[in-house]
Amino acid sequence: MTPGIEHFLTVGALLFCLGLAISLSKRNAIGVLMGVELMLNAVNLTLITFSRFAASPNPVSGHTFVVFILTVAAAEAAVALALAVAVYRNRETIDVDRLNLLRS
Amino acid sequence: MNGIDVLGPQISVLVAAGVVLVADALFPGQRRLLPFLALAGLLTAALWTTSWVGRGDYQTVFDGTIVLDRYAVFFQYVFAGVTATVILASIDWVNREGRRQSEYYALVLTVCAGLMLLAGARDLITIFIALELSSIPQYILAGWGKDAKSSEAGLKYLLLGAVASSLLLYGMALLYGVTGTTILPEIAAAIEAGGESYRALLVVAMTLLIAGFGFKMAVVPFQMWVPDVYQGAPTPVAAFLSVGSKAAAFAVAIRVFFEALGADFLSSDWSMIFAVIAAVSMTLGNLMAIVQSDIKRMLGYSSVAQAGNFLVGLAAISVAGEEFILGASGILLFVAAYAFTNLGAFVAVIAISQRINSDRIADYAGMWKTSPFLALGLAFCLVSLTGIPPTVGFWAKLYVFNAAVRADLVWLVVIGVLNSVVSAYYYLGVVRVMFLGEPGTEQRFRASPSIAVALTATAAGVLLFGILPMPLMSAARDAVEVLAR
Repeated sequence: MTPGIEHFLTVGALLFCLGLAISLSKRNAIGVLMGVELMLNAVNLTLITFSRFAASPNPVSGHTFVVFILTVAAAEAAVALALAVAVYRNRETIDVDRLNLLRS
Repeated sequence: MNGIDVLGPQISVLVAAGVVLVADALFPGQRRLLPFLALAGLLTAALWTTSWVGRGDYQTVFDGTIVLDRYAVFFQYVFAGVTATVILASIDWVNREGRRQSEYYALVLTVCAGLMLLAGARDLITIFIALELSSIPQYILAGWGKDAKSSEAGLKYLLLGAVASSLLLYGMALLYGVTGTTILPEIAAAIEAGGESYRALLVVAMTLLIAGFGFKMAVVPFQMWVPDVYQGAPTPVAAFLSVGSKAAAFAVAIRVFFEALGADFLSSDWSMIFAVIAAVSMTLGNLMAIVQSDIKRMLGYSSVAQAGNFLVGLAAISVAGEEFILGASGILLFVAAYAFTNLGAFVAVIAISQRINSDRIADYAGMWKTSPFLALGLAFCLVSLTGIPPTVGFWAKLYVFNAAVRADLVWLVVIGVLNSVVSAYYYLGVVRVMFLGEPGTEQRFRASPSIAVALTATAAGVLLFGILPMPLMSAARDAVEVLAR
């Protein structure tokens, strides 16, 4: 049996849910970021699947989308790590539960 | 070449960002001129936009991914004005901070370019790029301050923002999968042609899109970042995000939901979701704002409540025709009114908090005696946020609520009006403290020239459009009529 569109989409959906669960449950800021990266890659897989299998008038736009998502994710990760370093310098922790200076 | 002409305003803002960076490196002794260089870039952008209004031939470029119509033009003016006010209000703070001045202005201009691009984006990829172009510099700006609070605010904003944009992207991917295209009008055509059989998938995609945009709009249940980021970020940056990214999210949401997901079997769903979110945002935002003792947190929750008011308009646009025009132009009017009003309030808060070194509402006591100009400006903007005439905030609320009544959402309007009464309690509470409280010190102080210009301009806008709302209303109407066709 060759894998079809439904297999790829299922993997994509599972990866996305896993990433969402990780990013909502991890206490470490870097862990949250890894969850986000997993979600973005699930989106990429879904987009590639759709442009490969579905009879779409313009399959290239799915591929184009993926390239842009990869680029933006890299930029976002760079900023996230920089901010994590800045927080660590000030607080010596990047545990999001202990970042509690901001309250009423 | 035509495409470059259409993108002229965005390009000139980005060029100005580059020029500011280079000028700082070449002439380090002339740092005081950097903000004026940035303002010159924004002026060029506004003039370029005006030249398109004069030429009047609006068009779609880059294979339909970017559109320049009256709708985009309206928001380009709003964003240029918002950014200019933020830059004016930042000058004192940046000078006092003393470091990395050119980078600050360059990042603010980059955000502005992203917001302007978003106004004309008509394609899912372009929307995503523009959204991130405006978001990533905002994450950096939120963490710009030296203290631990600011970097904490930046990190929280980024992590939650990244999760929200992942949700948005998954929604976009599903939408692409069902329709096979990323261009909004083609999506609408594909849904019209046979999308009803994929209804479940479309509803999931729609919900994910609402989550993604809802984060930028700062509505319940995606509001948890708002008070923290507003409190921790430098005040000029908080002013920028409270107006800029919120306005942009509504600009793009009207386009996506009406232009791409306007099919009857979907629009009743998203209209209902927006109505519920609107009611919850208004109520929760107002109730939480009452108990705040920090004015920036209070303005944060108040912006959640105001976003609920915008959503009342968004819930009312599900029917094409006159209802759409009323609702959408109501949102545009509200966006412009809110931009004037909230920026004015923030400008006054920036000046006062720099002087008294505190954001506590209790410390605003007697501000009327120590700084009458700032107190009057802040009080006037708070009155407009409440929605009391003769301010532009009154007309904005009236217009949006009228649209909701026309769309049979009377229950929502009742909740909205009740919430206006609740909001009066905390907005006017600040006014009462400022005018009736006893000042801690008798020492008077003046606002700096740049703050005075920014506050006078915004307050004049609030008053002028409060007395003569017609020009703004007809501009908003003209802007949305291009979408209705």
